[in-house]
Amino acid sequence: MRERAPILEVRQLKTHIKTANGIVKAVDGVDFTIYEGETVGIVGESGCGKSMTSLSVMGLLPKPMAYIESGHIHFAGRDLTQLSEKEMRKLRGNDISMIFQEPMTSLNPVFTIGQQLSEPLKQHTRLNKKEIRNAVISMLQSVGIPRAEQIIDEYPHQLSGGMRQRVMISLAMLCQPKLLIADEPTTALDVTIQAQILELMKAIKATTNMAMMLITHDLGVVAEMCDRVMVMYAGQVVESADVRTIFNRPTHPYTQGLLASMPTANERKGELSSIPGSVPRPDEIPPGCAFAPRCSIATDRCRQERPVLQAYENQWTRCWHPISKPSEVTHAT
Amino acid sequence: MLPEPLLEIKQLKKYYEIKKGWFQPMQQVRAVDDVTFTVYKGETFGLVGESGCGKSTTGRAILRLQEHTSGEIRFAGRDISGLPYTEMRQLRRKMQMVFQDPYASLNPKKTILQILTEPLRVHGLYAPEERVQKAIEMLEIVGLSEYHLHSYPHEFSGGQRQRIGIARAVILQPELIIADEPVSALDVSIQSQVINLLLQLQRDFHLTYIFISHDLGVVRHMTDRVGVMYLGKLVEQAKTEELFRSPKHPYTRALLSAVPIRHPDEKKERVVLKGDVPSPLNPPEGCHFHPRCPDCMQICKTEKPPVVEVGDHVVACHLYATENR
Repeated sequence: MRERAPILEVRQLKTHIKTANGIVKAVDGVDFTIYEGETVGIVGESGCGKSMTSLSVMGLLPKPMAYIESGHIHFAGRDLTQLSEKEMRKLRGNDISMIFQEPMTSLNPVFTIGQQLSEPLKQHTRLNKKEIRNAVISMLQSVGIPRAEQIIDEYPHQLSGGMRQRVMISLAMLCQPKLLIADEPTTALDVTIQAQILELMKAIKATTNMAMMLITHDLGVVAEMCDRVMVMYAGQVVESADVRTIFNRPTHPYTQGLLASMPTANERKGELSSIPGSVPRPDEIPPGCAFAPRCSIATDRCRQERPVLQAYENQWTRCWHPISKPSEVTHAT
Repeated sequence: MLPEPLLEIKQLKKYYEIKKGWFQPMQQVRAVDDVTFTVYKGETFGLVGESGCGKSTTGRAILRLQEHTSGEIRFAGRDISGLPYTEMRQLRRKMQMVFQDPYASLNPKKTILQILTEPLRVHGLYAPEERVQKAIEMLEIVGLSEYHLHSYPHEFSGGQRQRIGIARAVILQPELIIADEPVSALDVSIQSQVINLLLQLQRDFHLTYIFISHDLGVVRHMTDRVGVMYLGKLVEQAKTEELFRSPKHPYTRALLSAVPIRHPDEKKERVVLKGDVPSPLNPPEGCHFHPRCPDCMQICKTEKPPVVEVGDHVVACHLYATENR
């Protein structure tokens, strides 16, 4: 799998937000690579910078408050941070697409489904009206929307949440993007609808060579969908590895805490293991390791010196005292 | 020892009337339609289901925050469904609610002291100075401190607000707490802290919970018995372990199988339901679940399913009716 060509390379990305109380480092030096055809999960709690990372890649940061301070985003050989808005527009919806969390608010209520779905085709292809309509209908059918010929002339409010998310997915897939960014695609949906959407996304992935960046806080969704996982905390990647390694041998105390606090990982009615405290606000991140105040094994070194992202074979971890070194894993398995 | 019932709900109904236009007849939404269950002292009864299935309406109707259409609500042996407003108000000392959204359920203009002492003041409990003492004690129990007494809700994080919401409910020392999605709005690491707090309070104060949630992982962990709702109906009731081990109703099976896997190596056979939950304005004839049901029979399309006991389960499904077995 590693022989595949990288699609997206993010290097030392720093995205800052200007607020009344000074500059907030929402994304603080993030590095990652996504290869062709793989699904990379970005996991973390609210405020850890996972959405800001994806918006930086898409060039959709709410300007001028948020801006990329430094770093590079290489996509298909080009540095996205250097592109003009006009050039970005050619990429967006064509080579990179995004699915948002809220299917209720991400469609425009005053345009029909057909009008909204033909937009990317009008922008990026030279199809005529009839061809566009046919392309939209066949796309809608392929994401499992019944009565696609009628739905195309309906408005978003006439559809249920699950249907709207299907429409969003078909919108993102229309131009056959090389990279799909899905920001919490199933969080607002019920479990049975979530299962439908996840099956659909798996089916799409099985038939195309598209890479996917899946942002979620739900470790179950990660287990279901992802090849590799990045865990973020306070604007930084704290651990990154393939999905089995993350679930079998997490090295960072935060990843371990997250996995251990899943109710299904604990004895029924027993006390859930939990991480004390809460996610620090961006303006109160300590000078040392950002996780140190909540970490049970933190030492003085953790509180003073910020750890660097270190590699252990295929696993990266940002911790001075990683819990189980992957060298032990190779012996154990 | 036989468990003592604390709350008995019999054929609870809550219908909403919806205006369709000046000359059109009113339409009825059957949000809660003929729900019957019993909650025993000291247990946690879970109500699960997807959005719009009527689980929150059931919770609110029990506390009579919304007036129900018909049915019986017996609390500690007494029928409270027809109690006048003032008596009901007094009774709420024994039944409290914890709401889902910790951002919307605390008055932003009041300090934590005011929020916590208000229920005591309303019910005329303790002398004013004692109330402050009680509020401090309660804050400490839920993991906050006296230091927070004069802060306003906006100064707290979501998890802390939910702790305050819980403290406000528990300060009256009620017997029953209805918790409507108390941890859904919280991050994973905070969620487990609040669940632990709820479990600890239950042990310390002998509370009975009705735990309304759509998160099956949390329900499995927290509850003793579970009722599964679909389109206003209770389709299955059983002990939690029993329900998760061998679900009987086809909807329960589909619901449980839709839960994401816990580990990438876990293999799961999945019943993926077709379509969406139908509109409660116009529910399907017969069994409400039949258009999506993988085991649908002819009878399901026309006749309402009977409620039958199958082992320890109470199921509303034609599959288990005696004549079809």
